[in-house]
Amino acid sequence: MAIWLTKDSKVIVQGMTGSEGSKHTRRMLAAGTNVVGGVNPRKAGTTVDFDGTALPVFASVADAIKETGADVSVIFVPPQFTKAAVVEAIDAEIPLAVVITEGVPVHDTAAFWAYNVEKGQRTRIIGPNCPGIASPGASNAGIIPADITPAGRIGLVSKSGTLTYQLMYELRDIGFSTSVGIGGDPVIGTTHIDALAAFQDDPETDAIVMIGEIGGDAEERAAAFIKEHVTKPVVAYIAGFTAPPGKTMGHAGAIISGSAGTADAKKVALEAAGVKVGKTPSETARLMRETIQGR
Amino acid sequence: MDLYEYQGRDLFERHGLPVLAGGVAETPEEARAIAERLGGRVVVKAQVKVGGRGKAGGVKLADGPEETVARATDILGMDIKGHTVHKVMLAETADIVEEYYFSYLLDRANRTFLCIASVAGGMDIEQVAAETPERVAKVAIDANKGVDVATAKEIVAKAQFPAEVADEIIEIAIKLWKAFVAEDATLVEVNPLAKVASGRVLCLDAKITLDENAGFRHPDHEALVDQSTVDPLEQAAKAKDLNYVKLDGQVGIIGNGAGLVMSTLDVVAYAGERHGNVKPANFLDIGGGASAAVMANGLEIVLSDPSVKSVFVNVFGGITACDEVANGIIQALALLEQRGEAVTKPLVVRLDGNNAEAGRAILDGAANPLVERVDTMDGAAERAAELAAAGV
Repeated sequence: MAIWLTKDSKVIVQGMTGSEGSKHTRRMLAAGTNVVGGVNPRKAGTTVDFDGTALPVFASVADAIKETGADVSVIFVPPQFTKAAVVEAIDAEIPLAVVITEGVPVHDTAAFWAYNVEKGQRTRIIGPNCPGIASPGASNAGIIPADITPAGRIGLVSKSGTLTYQLMYELRDIGFSTSVGIGGDPVIGTTHIDALAAFQDDPETDAIVMIGEIGGDAEERAAAFIKEHVTKPVVAYIAGFTAPPGKTMGHAGAIISGSAGTADAKKVALEAAGVKVGKTPSETARLMRETIQGR
Repeated sequence: MDLYEYQGRDLFERHGLPVLAGGVAETPEEARAIAERLGGRVVVKAQVKVGGRGKAGGVKLADGPEETVARATDILGMDIKGHTVHKVMLAETADIVEEYYFSYLLDRANRTFLCIASVAGGMDIEQVAAETPERVAKVAIDANKGVDVATAKEIVAKAQFPAEVADEIIEIAIKLWKAFVAEDATLVEVNPLAKVASGRVLCLDAKITLDENAGFRHPDHEALVDQSTVDPLEQAAKAKDLNYVKLDGQVGIIGNGAGLVMSTLDVVAYAGERHGNVKPANFLDIGGGASAAVMANGLEIVLSDPSVKSVFVNVFGGITACDEVANGIIQALALLEQRGEAVTKPLVVRLDGNNAEAGRAILDGAANPLVERVDTMDGAAERAAELAAAGV
């Protein structure tokens, strides 16, 4: 069944006619995703051919939903236009909006998040600055490589794209129900906690890998949530133990401010909640393997 | 990006907030000119992006231009917690009656903005919050509704500001929010926000952080970067559009993806504990593509760091195939040789993921004696640390 994204999901792409949008639309189609169209008001009414699949371009998300029944939008528009694109998706009440764009000003993200809350949160937002969500063998909304792993029973939630791929690769013999990349920005739509709750309720997920990194206290809050609400085994990895304070490490949100946001504090909180924390990605994979096979 | 106090003062002034007249000087003579312009008694303040400068002797009063020159001479060049003072701000003085605290900041956990205000200003707000939490008011600010008169009144009431300053603080709260939004700040902190003898309320300090992601709508923010304090390697990397952070170790790091590179730093530091305590020399994320040109630029930056003794290239082929990355590395080495920058330091390369076998075969086929292939991240980190320790 997977979480949030299944083989029945109908996906549209905002920014499908741009270079990143068209490249990844082709990849999503190749992965078996049911992509049903794109949105670009200036090219509405035209179609774009992707290796034999002709996809219609709609003037708006609302039009695309009306014509195709789309329930997922993947957003590839540049940072300047991301806020407007997400607001449009919220107004159209699409159930899932996956924001891939990197470099979105945090005031814009806070604004579209506040707007989503005001509108009753009918749209689940993943990202921004994330690799998207993949349910192997079923559907792929974003840029996670589709061929790393077959379907299986591990759920994964991560702030980092490449660490997601690394863990999926190391555990490819076991396989994954869904991998969710929530992104490395200071403000994000879907959190570790949202994904943990969904995996806990998903009958096709047996165990959960959680990947965090320095900055903020999302991992500490996730640890508290795990303690109270998650009965499935969780194995975690945190990146940035040796990162110096005050320096942004690639991701806008990955910064230790004063004494807050250190990897050590996150590890301590997770371990106190009964989560096994790997020291390296490969040790984390080993811990998960032992957890699954010991059951 | 964190601003200096004088940049914050200027920014506040532009947005119509009440500040004292002031200026910034890099030499005692410049300080004299500003003191003459300001007239009377001035305060000379070291410009460093670290707290506790007052205790360190970085804030002094001066009566007239001569004393200003003397105080500026004392403070310029001073070391405050590892930060050398290159600039001093000079400002008029004020007779402070009461000191308050006021800030707007990003609240990551609640995905919104927050106002923190207190009548107990002038000291570290975290300490006030720890010792007397009832004296610190926190009010969530809706990103779209912002701060209007009603919200400002709520802040004033919750923080229990005295009635005689309420109107002024309401006006400051609204203007400060407008500045916070207009400049795409993630923090504006006024500590102290002070009531002075005349009864006015003034912003006497400014701590501001700006969102670099919003640079595209603030071309003027680029000028606020203090190039003299930016590491030259970081400057060179930025010019090549590389995401590079200089660190203090001996093992150069190149990887794809911020999380993987952070993880690589950790794994190298752990390995270093077994090999002469070597540490990562930098953070460098070359992103998803990892073309030969980007790889060459990255290698050039990392190898130009004299403290680097070995380089660890750690790539997981996700969308990019490892054979392309391997070709990128080989071409990058050739490209560097053409540029007359022959590589002499050993490279440890770990390729995994998409087309890893083909990529490894390309590295083996090229048989460059400086390039060593290790197929696990932990093993490669171990080898890179060992080579760095041997080269130190």
